[in-house]
Amino acid sequence: MLVAGIKSRPQYPGLVLDPKARLHLIAAEGEGALAVLALAAAGGPDFPAKTVVYYTPGGSAGAGHVGSLEALGLDALHVTPTVPTLLTRLDVHLATATMGTRLYTAGAEGFLGQVVQLGERHGIDHLSIRTEHCGSLARRVQCVHCKGITENVTTSIVPCAHCGLSLLVRDHYSRRLAAFMGVCVDAEAPGEVPAAEEIFR
Amino acid sequence: MSGGAELRVKIAEIEPVATDVRRFRFVAADGGALPLFSGGAHVVVGMEAGDRRIRNAYSLMGSPFDESSYQVSVLKTRDSRGGSVFLHERVAVGDTLVISHPVNLFPVDRRARKHLFIAGGIGITPFLAMAEQLSEEGARFELHYAMRARDCGAYAEEAARLYGGRVHLYCSAEGRRLPVDALLANQPLGTHLYVCGPERMIEGVIGAARDAGWPEENLHAERFQAPPAGEPFRARLARSGISIDVGPHQSLLEALEAAGIDAPYLCRGGACGQCETAIVSCDGTLVHNDHYLTPEERAGAAKIMTCVSRLAGRELVLDL
Repeated sequence: MLVAGIKSRPQYPGLVLDPKARLHLIAAEGEGALAVLALAAAGGPDFPAKTVVYYTPGGSAGAGHVGSLEALGLDALHVTPTVPTLLTRLDVHLATATMGTRLYTAGAEGFLGQVVQLGERHGIDHLSIRTEHCGSLARRVQCVHCKGITENVTTSIVPCAHCGLSLLVRDHYSRRLAAFMGVCVDAEAPGEVPAAEEIFR
Repeated sequence: MSGGAELRVKIAEIEPVATDVRRFRFVAADGGALPLFSGGAHVVVGMEAGDRRIRNAYSLMGSPFDESSYQVSVLKTRDSRGGSVFLHERVAVGDTLVISHPVNLFPVDRRARKHLFIAGGIGITPFLAMAEQLSEEGARFELHYAMRARDCGAYAEEAARLYGGRVHLYCSAEGRRLPVDALLANQPLGTHLYVCGPERMIEGVIGAARDAGWPEENLHAERFQAPPAGEPFRARLARSGISIDVGPHQSLLEALEAAGIDAPYLCRGGACGQCETAIVSCDGTLVHNDHYLTPEERAGAAKIMTCVSRLAGRELVLDL
């Protein structure tokens, strides 16, 4: 029932260093720390001094990467307990940032989407944000009926965390909402709900 | 008609504004309203100069909210192929001209937090319309305008009067040069850069922005280059079996049009991609003068932009 080849489906080509950036501003979640470590390994000797990282061990499978990030000796490393606190602090940073700042993000898809969404609110074109998908394939899903967002969705079908409808998770993606589309699966025949499959683990 | 629908306009006013620069105001020949446009748009003005039909693109510089008239500025160029001299010497108030509908290949990006305009010389014209539009909308912009001398700086005083502290003038005759690096080093995140002026200035400013870490998505330039001259060559049209000679000061597109062929075009400046034409074969070296084809496409030698590019050689066979 999922539709293949949908154009709105984001691509995450992986973190590539912009050697001309004045400041590397990186938002990472969970296993995204591994992408930051790889970027640091590829970066020149001036990488640590030009880099600020916001990191949350996060909602997916973060496993003790804080020590490795600390060892990079970055200009600044801010570790936050949750994704929302990370986004709040990044928002403040972006509000006073200047051109020459290159935004990178690595982590689970729902996190990447929210960082891109925040960057766009500060006037950054989504194509100039460098992204790498790490860790879980879990999705952020908006229920098109009640508009509520359900985080860390690993199955289709999934119950909406807000209104309880059984949602089919589609590949249609909204950059504005940073979420996939969830539509009621049993609208035609109430109660006929197919079995949930775990496809975004 | 390949360039899109045409508009018949009457010249309502011609005014000298700076050394070798004249402002023309056009009204609809039928007295009606002209289509609205957006800041950064241009029109292609058609001119019947003896046995030649010249078409030049000029930025619209008036208010985008004014549908009663269009204004363009024309710099008379010494090595002119005839268009600017024609408008300076051969037309008068009351004459009618045929122009294209406005086309915008240099629009403002409305997602920007701030718009940074850099103009060199006559490159000021699109920014006058863009500034008017953004000023009306309450958007944040700065205009940095570099000129050789005060009497070359068309509209400098008018812009300063209208937009006050948002306008910065640099006159090289007075020793003030555009401080490109300082300007680019300290702009707020989400700033978009727009450059219009001589080719060397555009290359310099865009290059400086790349070096300052600006992403490609935030860089915009408007180049209205005249088709460069070159050696004459022959163009053969494979499908229609016609052969035409392209003169040294004629573009391939103009030669096609002179032969009565309705070839596609839009900007006539190598920017938009509309005139892309497939090459069947060529005996010689392609001279690509456009800003549209990718380096890979150029190397492939399978396409040419007829408005500005040509052949250094004997014969070019086109899929037309």
